Amino acid sequence: MTADLSLRLAAHRFLEGLDTEDVALLAAVARPAEFPAGTYLIREGEEADTIYFVDRGRVAIELHAPGRGPLVVETVGPGQVVGLSWVSPPFRWQFDARAAEAVGAVGVDAPALRLILAERPVLGFDLLQRLSGVLLERLQTTRVRLLDLYGDGGRR
Amino acid sequence: MVAAVEPAARTAPGHGPLTPALYRVVERQVELDDVVTLSLEPEDGPAPPFAGGQFNMLTAFGVGEIAISISSAPGDPGPLRHTVRDVGAVTAALCASPVGAVVGVRGPFGTDWGVDGIDPAADAVIVAGGIGLAPLRGAVDELVARRRGTAGGGVFVLVGARSPDQVLFPPDLERWRADGAHVGVTVDAGAPGYDGPVGVVTSLLPEAPFDAERAVALVCGPEIMMRFAVRSLLERGVDPGRILVSLERNMQCGVGLCGHCQLGPLLLCRDGPVVPYGGVAEGLLGEHRR
Repeated sequence: MTADLSLRLAAHRFLEGLDTEDVALLAAVARPAEFPAGTYLIREGEEADTIYFVDRGRVAIELHAPGRGPLVVETVGPGQVVGLSWVSPPFRWQFDARAAEAVGAVGVDAPALRLILAERPVLGFDLLQRLSGVLLERLQTTRVRLLDLYGDGGRR
Repeated sequence: MVAAVEPAARTAPGHGPLTPALYRVVERQVELDDVVTLSLEPEDGPAPPFAGGQFNMLTAFGVGEIAISISSAPGDPGPLRHTVRDVGAVTAALCASPVGAVVGVRGPFGTDWGVDGIDPAADAVIVAGGIGLAPLRGAVDELVARRRGTAGGGVFVLVGARSPDQVLFPPDLERWRADGAHVGVTVDAGAPGYDGPVGVVTSLLPEAPFDAERAVALVCGPEIMMRFAVRSLLERGVDPGRILVSLERNMQCGVGLCGHCQLGPLLLCRDGPVVPYGGVAEGLLGEHRR
């Protein structure tokens, strides 16, 4: 099982180039995760205890608005990660994450991962740098979307 | 790769490049709330040939003239099509033109996507945002038709829109997909019942399985979107000289005389709208340029 998870993690775009030994450390605290379409990976307000490395399907990151229902703010696909709130206190999910189609992922136990990263600062820096890249990209794309380029602001 | 044809040679027979020819609206297709495609046929003689990516100056008589890209395919024997977004007085008048109305047409002007010069073995990556799909429609039609059933390069059409109901040309997207193209659509904001991708158009690039080393990319949309798209294409490994962008400024004369469309060393009505990113648009697609 762990060997299989190591292979899946090593092939994941987010972890590209990570040492085999470090991948094995992650795999030791990982489990396979399958989510049929319509089921939830994450629920807002619950403990942020897992980071999912998606390798199949598409996940909708949602917020629920009274009277409007769930609002999809972004979708995440293969090669991307779902779940960033485990990095910083209070370790609670800020959004829902729903399988928009059948999703296959590797879920890594976040409390165990935090301990590993605290004990191995080089690996910790590497992973946090990768996560910062994800955060930066999401921040930048959110800013671009706020400009409403395809509306009047994007007149061409 | 980019065509350079003397403008005077491309105007309608009997007309100088500054004199509009009369065309009649033979079909008016409402694409979106504020977007209309006008199908036009010349009142006098055949329409001059054009290439995908070029534009015409359309006149709404009594209102004004404006540059609009041609949205039909060069080989299409049907009427000349222009897809117009209602953003001002002239475009509002054009969008409101009923079947039977007469409009003025000058052109075609400018450079094109250079479909003839694209290596048939190279993947063609089309990145379009919003109304930017209109100037690309003819080129995509040509690419898909030429590569249908062949073992050559693929066609990857990646489209970004404001929301699911603002996606332009859904029937064309389906047709291209059915003809073997990889078609991806994403929207800035989802809607109830929509379960497709939500995010900027560049989010579609990592999942598009094209060969970046040989790929040619055609990019059209708001300039900020094009900057992000170009960055993503470069990160993916596409050669800057094989990325074409469509730039637009205030086109007026169409033949490089008046200077209103100047951008750096370029007069975009003549040297554009389609230019290579590498060596030409590089530095012009900057944040502080006008």
